[in-house]
Amino acid sequence: MANKNKKFSRRSPFAAALVLIAGLVVSGGTYVAASAAVSNATPKTEVDQELIETGKKLFLANCASCHGKNAEGAQSGPSLIGVGSASVDFQVATGRMPGQASGPQMEVKPVQFKQEDIDALAAYVASLAPGPESPTDEYLAIKGDAAKGGELFRINCAMCHNAVGAGGALTEGKYAPPLKDTEARHVYQAMVTGPQNMPVFSNSNLSVEAKTDIITYLQYVQENPSVGGEELANLGPVAEGLVVWFGVLGLIVLITIWLGAKSN
Amino acid sequence: MTENSKDLAKIESTEEHEYASGLAVVSPDKIADPGIEPHRIRMTEKSVKHEKAAARQVSALFSLSILGSAFAVWAYFAFPFDGETAGSLRYNTIFLGLGITLGLFGIGIGAVHWAKTLMPDAEVSEERHLARGSEEVRAAAVEIIRLADQESGFSRRKLIRRTLYGALALFPIPAIVMFSDLGPDPKDSLNHTMWAKGGLRLARDPDGTAIKAADVQIGSVFHVIPEGLVDLEAPDLLNEKAKAAVLLVRVEPSVITEKQREWGYEGIVAYSKICTHVGCPVALYEQHTHHLLCPCHQSTFDLANDCAVIFGPASRALPQLKIEVDAEGYLVAPGDFAEPVGPGFWERKV
Repeated sequence: MANKNKKFSRRSPFAAALVLIAGLVVSGGTYVAASAAVSNATPKTEVDQELIETGKKLFLANCASCHGKNAEGAQSGPSLIGVGSASVDFQVATGRMPGQASGPQMEVKPVQFKQEDIDALAAYVASLAPGPESPTDEYLAIKGDAAKGGELFRINCAMCHNAVGAGGALTEGKYAPPLKDTEARHVYQAMVTGPQNMPVFSNSNLSVEAKTDIITYLQYVQENPSVGGEELANLGPVAEGLVVWFGVLGLIVLITIWLGAKSN
Repeated sequence: MTENSKDLAKIESTEEHEYASGLAVVSPDKIADPGIEPHRIRMTEKSVKHEKAAARQVSALFSLSILGSAFAVWAYFAFPFDGETAGSLRYNTIFLGLGITLGLFGIGIGAVHWAKTLMPDAEVSEERHLARGSEEVRAAAVEIIRLADQESGFSRRKLIRRTLYGALALFPIPAIVMFSDLGPDPKDSLNHTMWAKGGLRLARDPDGTAIKAADVQIGSVFHVIPEGLVDLEAPDLLNEKAKAAVLLVRVEPSVITEKQREWGYEGIVAYSKICTHVGCPVALYEQHTHHLLCPCHQSTFDLANDCAVIFGPASRALPQLKIEVDAEGYLVAPGDFAEPVGPGFWERKV
């Protein structure tokens, strides 16, 4: 019995060969599978790498003089490490960057880059350190609750941007820009990145749904003009008072002069 | 004769001045009264053609008014409310208003034009009569008062007179008592807020979800209400919110003062959102300058320096709310603000 068993024991010369073959099959198979997976992933990484390289070249040519060669920041510009692709897309695609002149804040200008160059810049800056990302088109297409968005906007945004997004003044020449013609993408990016002196409204503060509601509210306000007629830029009592003083009061003065003048 | 009356006598002797009744000195007018300017005959009186034209203009203005009124009625029905969005009333409002304006304005300027061009325009002057009555009238008035006093016994009957004075003096008192309806007296309620309960978590406005310290990134701003506030019923909800509203900001701990660091948590600081000037919500926070701006009167507070006033009419720094982190990582306020929040009031002690 023991002899018979010995034929198939671990000490059999065939056993070593069997283990060797099994080992080779397993490791070889894993390698093949893994390399297949790697080769599948490679094209995307290469494209990304290419985009990042293009972005880096654009960065060195257009941004490095203020933000430093490695985006580490300098006297004239802050560090961009960790600001994320959303920040780059917001600043460049609204024309604020590259900045033209130093002042209280960076102004909106005609956009200086093509969208693919902006994407390349964004990819390069995002490759330096993780940061907020731009929203997807699918996300931006979602319609939220305008009423809820209006409430959130009045609590979180209206004190600077005005209750209907007409913008307003801040200290020392800075201002919160009007949001009338701002794209939904840029509204979202501004909330997650907090550009210039705007505070950050991350997703742990205003949830992703809350941001959708706010964007929906802004769109609603743009599509539904004021019931009362001319909005006078929605600036409230200042603009209205100005029109009353110089327009209406002037008209009243003219009528009074006519009333007092003798007929010819 | 006193000094003054001597002076007066001196002035009286000179011929340059004359006296009206009373003692005012009237200096003779150096510029001659030009009188009424000569009457000018209008074109409408000179030619029938002009008169007819003016008549047509007046009736055209009245017709414009008729059209305006009709237009207003038409506009009311032509731009109806679509039942959904208030914005659909935009043209209704504009054209209804324009129509009514034309309706009223046409009547007004038509009437004025009529009076100016076609009605008689000869100037006349009417002299004012003297303010002082004649001696006879004055004597009669004095006699009436004397007679009334005698007949009523007003001077003689002291008891009646004194009770009448008392009645007149007390008569306005009920009206003054009614001022207490301007209350109720807020008593001690302005001195403390809902945070006085102690251990309340800081929650997001408006949904009332609690905030974890980890949720608050540097440079971010949270609009905060006390946990449990959303469960209150009106009017308590708004009364409590008006006092307890808080702005939560996270900055680099190195930019703020030692006291702020102690009362905060790793650079997270909480401040009353109620302006110390007249109570507007101070919420315009600039991330890089750390300025907090009040939108009503531009009071500016320096968040990097205990929220001290650096510009504007506010008289005190914003009160800081001491915060801690509980076992589950949520931000809590161990107690109330150290001083009453918002603008000053009569009974304010600190």
